[in-house]
This record gives sequence, C-alpha cells and structure tokens, in this order.
Amino acid sequence: MALDDRKSEFNFVGTRPDRPDGLDKVTGRARFGADAYAPGMLYGAILRSPHAHARIVKIDASKAEALKDVKAVVTRADFADVPFKPGLEGEFWSVLENVMAGEKALYDGHAVAAVAATSALAARDALKLIEVEYEVLPHVTDVDKAMAPDAPVIREGAADYSVPEGMHPNVVRYHESGHGDVEAGFAEADLILEDSFVTEATHQGYIEPHACLGSLGSDGKGELWCCTQGHWYAQKYCATLLGIETAQLRVTASEIGGGFGGKTTVFIEPVALALSRKANRPVKIVMSRSEVFRATGPTSSASMDIKIGMKKDGTITAAEGIFRLQGGAFPGAPGDMTAMCAFAPYNLTNVRQVGYDVLANRPKQAAYRAPGAPMGAFAVESVLDELCKKLGLDPVDVRLKNAAHEGTKASYGPTYERIGLVETLEAAKAHPHYSAPLKPGQGRGISCGFWFNHGGETSVSLALSEDGSAQVMVGTPDIGGSRASMALMAAEVLGIPYENIRVTVADTATLGYNDVSHGSRVTYASGLATIKAARNAVERLCERAAAKWGIPVDAVKWENGCAVPSGPNAGDFDPMPLADITADMGATGGPISGHFEATPEGAGVSFGTHIVDAEVDPETGKTAITRYTVIQDAGKAIHPTYVEGQYQGGAAQGIGWALNEEYIYGEDGRLQNSIFLDYRIPVASDLPMIDTVIVEVPNPGHPFGVRGVGETGIVPPLAAIANAVSNAAGVRMKRLPMSPPRILAALKDNG
Amino acid sequence: MSKLHVSTTVNGDAVEYLCDPRETLLDCLRDKLNLTGAKEGCGTGDCGACSVTVDGRLVCSCLMLGVEAEGKQIETVEGIADGDVLHPLQKKFIEYAALQCGICTPGILVAAKSLLERNPNPTEEETRYWLAGNLCRCTGYDKIIRAVMDTAAEMREAS
Amino acid sequence: MDYHSPNSFEEASALAANATGTTRFLAGGTDVLVQLRSELVTPDTLIDVKKINGVRDITRNADGSWTLGVAATGAEMSEHPELGRDWPGVVEAMDLIGSTQVQGRATLTGNLCNGSPAADSVPAMVAAGVTVTVTGPGGTREVAVEDIPVGPGKTSLAKGELISAVHIPARGDNGGDAYLRFIPRTEMDIAVVGVGVNLRLDGDEITEARVSLGAVAPTVLLVEDCAKAIIGTTLDDAALDALAAAASAACNPINDKRGTIEFRTEVSGVLAKRAAKIAYARAKGEQA
Repeated sequence: MALDDRKSEFNFVGTRPDRPDGLDKVTGRARFGADAYAPGMLYGAILRSPHAHARIVKIDASKAEALKDVKAVVTRADFADVPFKPGLEGEFWSVLENVMAGEKALYDGHAVAAVAATSALAARDALKLIEVEYEVLPHVTDVDKAMAPDAPVIREGAADYSVPEGMHPNVVRYHESGHGDVEAGFAEADLILEDSFVTEATHQGYIEPHACLGSLGSDGKGELWCCTQGHWYAQKYCATLLGIETAQLRVTASEIGGGFGGKTTVFIEPVALALSRKANRPVKIVMSRSEVFRATGPTSSASMDIKIGMKKDGTITAAEGIFRLQGGAFPGAPGDMTAMCAFAPYNLTNVRQVGYDVLANRPKQAAYRAPGAPMGAFAVESVLDELCKKLGLDPVDVRLKNAAHEGTKASYGPTYERIGLVETLEAAKAHPHYSAPLKPGQGRGISCGFWFNHGGETSVSLALSEDGSAQVMVGTPDIGGSRASMALMAAEVLGIPYENIRVTVADTATLGYNDVSHGSRVTYASGLATIKAARNAVERLCERAAAKWGIPVDAVKWENGCAVPSGPNAGDFDPMPLADITADMGATGGPISGHFEATPEGAGVSFGTHIVDAEVDPETGKTAITRYTVIQDAGKAIHPTYVEGQYQGGAAQGIGWALNEEYIYGEDGRLQNSIFLDYRIPVASDLPMIDTVIVEVPNPGHPFGVRGVGETGIVPPLAAIANAVSNAAGVRMKRLPMSPPRILAALKDNG
Repeated sequence: MSKLHVSTTVNGDAVEYLCDPRETLLDCLRDKLNLTGAKEGCGTGDCGACSVTVDGRLVCSCLMLGVEAEGKQIETVEGIADGDVLHPLQKKFIEYAALQCGICTPGILVAAKSLLERNPNPTEEETRYWLAGNLCRCTGYDKIIRAVMDTAAEMREAS
Repeated sequence: MDYHSPNSFEEASALAANATGTTRFLAGGTDVLVQLRSELVTPDTLIDVKKINGVRDITRNADGSWTLGVAATGAEMSEHPELGRDWPGVVEAMDLIGSTQVQGRATLTGNLCNGSPAADSVPAMVAAGVTVTVTGPGGTREVAVEDIPVGPGKTSLAKGELISAVHIPARGDNGGDAYLRFIPRTEMDIAVVGVGVNLRLDGDEITEARVSLGAVAPTVLLVEDCAKAIIGTTLDDAALDALAAAASAACNPINDKRGTIEFRTEVSGVLAKRAAKIAYARAKGEQA
C-alpha cells in the first residue's frame, strides 16, 4: 500500500505496523475466554426458563445434587447471602436479578439454577434433573404493546421520577429535550412530513460466546478469568453480587472474541464464582450460542414517530421525534440516547425529542455500538430523504445546508466544539461513488450519523527496562487492535521504535480502576493516558540526564528518543539516548516509570456519512448491497488500517441489521431464532468491498487529536440502506429488517 | 457410560484419547489434546470457527464426533506454520489487519488454506463463497478477502 | 448413547431393529450432531454407516444411470467430473446445502432422511426421478425419493430400515434439470422456497417434465400440474405463466421465522419459471 508521504508532525502515529498480538492470533496460540483450564477444574452449566414470564414456585435440585459427578448446585439463594452489602439497589440489583432469577423468570432464557460437575456433559445432563415448578404469567415482548393499558406489569415500582404520571408501570424512564419552538417552526415550513418507523432487536453477534473460569475460596479471595470489555466492572459487580470485598477478587481479561458492547456486563461470571465457592474448586462456564442469543444483551427494539418541516430551499424549520424503546425486563433501554442522537447532526432552530425506556419480557438489553443511535438515525434520515425527494433537492446538499458545525447548539443541549460533519459531507459529494451511474433496479442512499464518544476512568502505567525497551500497562481490553495504537502513541512520545514497546492489558490487581472498553473510548482515553504516562517517564529521563550533565532539568529537552541539552547549554553535550539513561537507572535513582490516571472529559463527538447502493429483485424482494462507502471523522487516525477496519465492521453490522437480522419471538414469548442459521448475520458472499475515507478534523480534547471511531460507523447504515432500498424499490421501507418478505409485501401494496 | 479409545493423527503427531461418544472432535481437540486454536462459536456448523481438515477435507470439527477421528489425518490451525516460518496466509493476515478480535481467524486460515490448495487463482466471488461458512463479525470481510487474494497472487508468483 | 460402526447394511439394520429408545444413523452427521449438541435429539443408539464398504462411491452404471453410496458427500459430488454434467440440478441442489465445511460431510441420504420439507437436495432428486434402496430386516426394497418423507422430521422408513444406496436415472438425450431456492442471504440459510425442474425436449418442445417444490408444504411436493403446464410447450411466456400459477396453487405453506405464506406462494411461482428456463436451456445443450 502507498506510504503516506504527506509531511507529518508525527514519526509513528499514522503508520501501519503489524499488530503486536498478530502472531498469537494467526497461530491459534492466543488465549480467549474458553481457552483457560485450571487444576481440579469443574464445568458449570446453567438451567434457563422456557417461559417468557413465570413465577418460580419451587426449585428441586435434589436429584441433580445426588449425582456423583455433580459438585455444586446454586440458585438465587446462593447470592442472597450478602453479609455486609445488604439490600442491593439500582443496577446492582438488576444485574443480580438478571444473572439469576429471583421470584420470577422474566424472559425466555432467564437463568434459574446452575450446576458444577466434573465434565461439561455431566453438567448438562444434571440440568435435566433439576425440577422447576413455574406459574406461567401473561407476557409481552413488543414495545408498543408493553406500553398499552392492558399490558402485563413486569415489575411494579421500577419507574423513576422522570416518568410522567398516568403512564403504564412498564414505562420506567422518560427523557425530553430540545430547544426553540417546534410549533412555530412547523408553521414556517413549506413541507411537513410525519411518519412512523419500527426496528427489531438485534444482537452484537460476537463470534466468541461468553466464557469464564472462576475460583473463589471460603476466605473470600478469588480469581476470575473472563472475556470481557471491562474487567474492573466485572470485579466490582461480581464482588458485590457475591458479598466479598472488591479488592479480594482479581480479574484477568482474556483475549476477547468480539464484544461491540455486549461484553460490558456480567452474566455467567458471578455464577461460576458462586459455584466455585460452593464446590471449593475452580469452575469454568462457557455459553452455547443459543444461550448467547437468549440470555445475553441484545439491543432494544424501537417504535418511533418523526415529524420534520422543511422550506423549499432545504432549510429544516423544525424537527420532532418520539422514540419508544424496550430494553428487556430491566430499566436501561437507551431511549434517551436515541432521542439525543437522532437530530444531533443538524443545526436546528426548533427541535424536540422524547425518549421512553420500556420494560418487556425479553433479555436485559446491553450496549451495541453507539447504543440507541442507529434506530433514531434510521427514522430521521428516512424522513429527510423523503423530504429531499418531494422537494427535488440533492440529499447531500440538504444535509450540508443544515449541518452542525463548531458553535452549533446541539439538539441535545451543549454547543459543539470543532467537529467534522461538514468535511464528511463534502468528502461524500466529491467521492466518485456519489456520482457513479446506477444500473436499473439499483438505488442509492446516504445518511449521516452521530455519536457522543466517551472518556471514562482511565489509568495507565509505563515502565522502562534497562535495555531501553518499554512496557505499557493499560486497563482497557483490546477489542480491535488497540495495543498497536497504544504502542504507536508511546513510541511517538518516547522516541523509541514501536517494536521496542510491549503493551499489556493489565489485570485488576495491577492498575487502578479502568472503565470498560466502550464508548469508543480506548484509543482516546487509554491513548491519552499512555501519552501522558510516557511524558511522565520522559520527565524522569530528563531529570537523570540533567543530573549526569550537571545542568538544570529545565535545560534538558526530549527529542527523537534522546535527552538533549537546550537553552544556554545547547550543544554542550551529545544527545543521550533513552537506553543510555535506563542502562544504569538502578544506580542513578532507581527504576524509571511513568503513570497517568484521570477521567478525561474531551472525548470529542464524532460524525460520519455513508453512501450505499442497493439492488432489489422486484420478483422476490431480495436485496444485494452492490457498493458501500464509509466516510468518517477520526480526529487523528493513529493506526489507519485499524481505523478502516472499524469503519468496515460498523458498516457490515449495519447491513445485517438493515436487511436480515432480527429477534423473532413467537406467540409463546420464546425466541425462535437462537442459532446463526436463523439469526442471519452477513456472510462473506453477502458483502461487497467496503470503501473507506478517513477524515481528520483533530479533536481539541486529545494530545494527538484522536476521536473515537468504534461506534459512529454503525449509526448511518440503517438509514443509508433504507434510503437506497426505498429508492431502488420505489416504495418507502419503514420497518427493519427489510427482509425479502417485507420488501415483497411493500412492493405488492404499492401496486 | 464407558468411554471409547481413539487413535488419530493431529498435525502429524500420533495422539490418543478417550471420549464419550457424544463428544465432538472439537471437544476432543480442545479439552483432551489442549489444542484450543479451533474455537466453538456456534456448535451447529454455522460459523466455521472450529474449521479443521480431516484427510485433507475441510470440515467443522463441531459437526464430527471425536470417535469418527479414528485413523484419520487431522490438521488444525496449530499445524499451519512450519516451525517458526509462518504460512504466507498467516503473514498476509497480519500485514492486512485481516483480523480484529481474532476469534474467527483460526477457522478462516484453515479454510483459506484449503481453498488455495484446490484453487491457486480464486476470483473474489469464489473466495467469498468458499469462506461463506466462516463468520467474521469485526471486519466486514474486506481485509480478509484482500489478504487471501493477495496471498494467492504471491504464492502463484513464488511457484 | 451407544455408538456402533457396523461393516454392512444388514448388520446396521439388525442393530437398529434390536435397539431400544431413539436410534439415529450417522452418515455426514450435519443434522444429527446439531440435534445432539442442542439436546433436541440425543439418540440412545447411534449407528455410523461410514465403515461399510462402498458408501463413498459414485458410480456410473452401464445403462448410464448412477449409483451413489450413502456417505458420498456434497463436495465429492461437486468434484465428480461426470455427475454434474448429467445432473447439474441435483449436484447444485446438494452443493447449496450449508458451507464448504458442511459440504465436506453432508450427504444426499442424510438430507433426505432428516425429513425437512426445506431440504435442498430433495426437490432436485424428486424432479430427477431418483430412487433409493432401503435395507431392512426383511431384505431390500426400492423406493422413490418422494415416498420417503411423510411429514416434517418423519420418514416412511420402518424400525430397522435404512437407506443403503441412491440411484439417479440415466440422463438420456435432450434432457436438463435445475434447482433454485430462495434464501435471504447468499449462503448458509435454509430454503424459504425450493424448486426442482427436470425436463426433456423433442426439438424445442417439452415432452417430459417433473417439477418439485420444497419448503411450501409439510413434505416436498411433486406437482403434476406444473409438469402439465409446460409439457407440449416451448416454454413460451404463456407456459411460464401457467407454470408459475400451478406452482403457487400447489403451495400449502406456513408462516414461520423464515417466510410468510404470501411470500412462499408468490416466490414459488417466480422460482419455478427461473428454474424451468435453466433446465430448458440445459436440455438444449446451452450454457445456463
């Protein structure tokens, strides 16, 4: 590939070296969640409710317990004994209730009991002997039905202060925001369009099922190995749910086989530890794929109403959206996020958005890449597309005309700093894809997308070795090549080769609290902390050099991996390389390390614009994506190849969500498609190459200008594809996924 | 329930294990032979993360019983490199960043190697269809397909 | 679960006849193992037929017909230099099942005995007039493929009976077959609709035809009305429309996670037309 020959202020940042964990991952050596074994290890398995909503009358595990191979059985009673943390509340209570059902099973797949046995087969066989008596209750899985007056109440008292009076108890959170006067704005419009949209729940679909190996002794000390996006989170939650002190549980993050937000919480980890405590042996639990679909955290499903007014010249005069999301049987559906992101790309005088968080008899939703944002973008950008069509306007021009920029008051409140939306739209307009001819039966769609990005608690340590190499300890699991980015940033500051730096994802005993690898925060926040930890080490290096030279430390600067005398002493001494300083650091003051910890606040919001071509078979309703271009602002791409990978991955997941992926519940409230055969994620032959354009509008909140890139890429695809399909089919698609039966039915209805 | 004794060959090494007849070849590779390169992503033959070859034929090791391995020649991801010399596919996957999380990588490498052994000059479409049973959720397949195609080109030049 | 690997079909039949509980035969295993792993079906007795001599053979007989062993895999069928020339529809139908990996194991016999109305190879076999040899405690019998499935997951095979060979007729002159299915993705799905067409021409006119539909009824259908719609025609537009109408009329589908009644009914007609055109072109010796 062509080398970047632009003049760059960076020596390492922006290059594309091999990732440090590459060899392990192409040889099968990398150890993922299920790849750990311990002496004396037992295998755990979890019994799950076949009912969407049922009172648990009685659990009789005596027959399972009587088996010689079975060493422990646990139920909720084994978690309730929390001696010094009584009365769990809020999210702790929700997670406990989700990890192991209490009085009621709240969804198909809800855990009700677990066993540990000497083999995986023995554990599975033992589950069949556990007798659970259920009293089946009425259930509801659809968000609109869950809000209706006659809907079964999933839990009384789950709503908080935000919910207006008179709403069904299943409505548990309410969000409203905006500014201006939308009614006045609509009065100014030449055309107002109003429409409703629905999206089904999807799953992150990481290929690695959840897996863990836990060991907990009667002394309250434990070890946990698991695939997780956040092992400090796992530490805190497992310790709390088991009633032990947080610091007594050491958690090590395995290599992680995909997460996309779905591994930001705990499911099986507290169960393995509870089984281990009871059996006095290490316990490994590995979910089956079916368990992953039934009982981890898919997205919310959504039902949305959008109203937008526009002048003939394309100016948006007012925008209003109502977003209803169900997030399973617990509070947490990101109705607020959907509402806040939906109109965020636009500079609007009058905007109002409302979000509902609604309970339903489905698994507790978890984050999925920009949680909540893709659904809202689908609804809003579909209406925008229809307005452009009706007014005869170019969809990129209209978006440019209304695009948010530095100084714009965002739809959700704050005023934007330097942002790159306009640049992505200009790049879209200039891209050959946008002007390429379409074949008959094809349609083109575009969409913009927004995501907040996140900072979060971050702690990084860096230690230098005598030979001049450096080790960096970060606390954010590497879910897509972040160790390479950290090494590049450390190399940039230290001025030593990338290859001389080893980045390790440290365990919870090694660093202070680190927030989860989510919110597109890793390259931003752990990167920022790595840079500052490296700068901290450079200060130490300069001090040692100054001492050796006998000059003041402020007369030493760091250049290209060497201490260099500066100011009045410039040129007095030869540059002193890092390795010369570390070689005798034991005798000159001791080990040299750098450290940084903070909760950085300048994550820098991110925008993208996607262009997609789709071809629809009018006789079968089948869609093929024929061309796809992702354009997104990265702030500064540290390792551009992995930035491209994030863009491509987000687009591919969006294609699946738009076309074929959905949770399908039967009348009985049971999930009908809990295997990859019927939960249809895109396969290699479904997709074209995915073109990428990295726009770089530096984020003022990061030393090198980084904005997170992980999540924004899944925000535009649903809408861009819906626009392309609607243009190809000649009929507006308002429901996702746009599966062939739905498209064919829409074509028929359209005559 | 008594276990069955199996003698087989994995990556050229003669191995033996005892297994329950319900255990899959994947279970046996991982839990009995400590070859954890092959992954269980689905257990139903839909994701390809457990891909191995049996007598040269690409299969999902989750769709084959451990007892069926008796007398067979099995190759796994652990056998792709020749000592410290990586297979060209392995090198290209690193160079192209054809992996993000890496969980699907062992299966895809085994499958891609099998493709190139049969078809040294696959088209993009042939490559995509050959690998359609290997799910990757991170990359959108773009860099994987490019890495396989470029490896094929390089191997053709070298031979 | 007891595992057996007998050396003959007679031995396999005797094992099955004497077994108690649930018995399954293991050829490619791509359905049996999925059911086992998901605990949908845990057989008490599993009889692996792959140790029986000749079960992987693909043989062209003197009369031009074909005999396939019950463990011949989809990959072996696709790689066979002659079989696909005679029966491209049958070979392609088999090849559509699952991934490259699944093709390394899956078999025609397994696909048939799994009893799924959506089995891809079955409409193609029915259209082609394929028969199977059934070995049981009382000896062997020949059975048409369409008489094996009797409902979803159910076959007409009695206790102790198993399929011991697959027979594909001689292709003969001026014949062609094709199979098409509808799936939402490009690969890895179960058919939402499947259509197999086999026909023979005299000049431009269709003289013989068999049309079979999958995934639109409890079992794979052999639809005589579809055959009638095109026999005696040159597959002109009127014939194609009549074929599509007959196919849609024959459907008795369900709404499920994979498709709706309306969709299956409509698309069966669409695919019947498309498959007939391919089979017709093949019968004329054209590339299709």
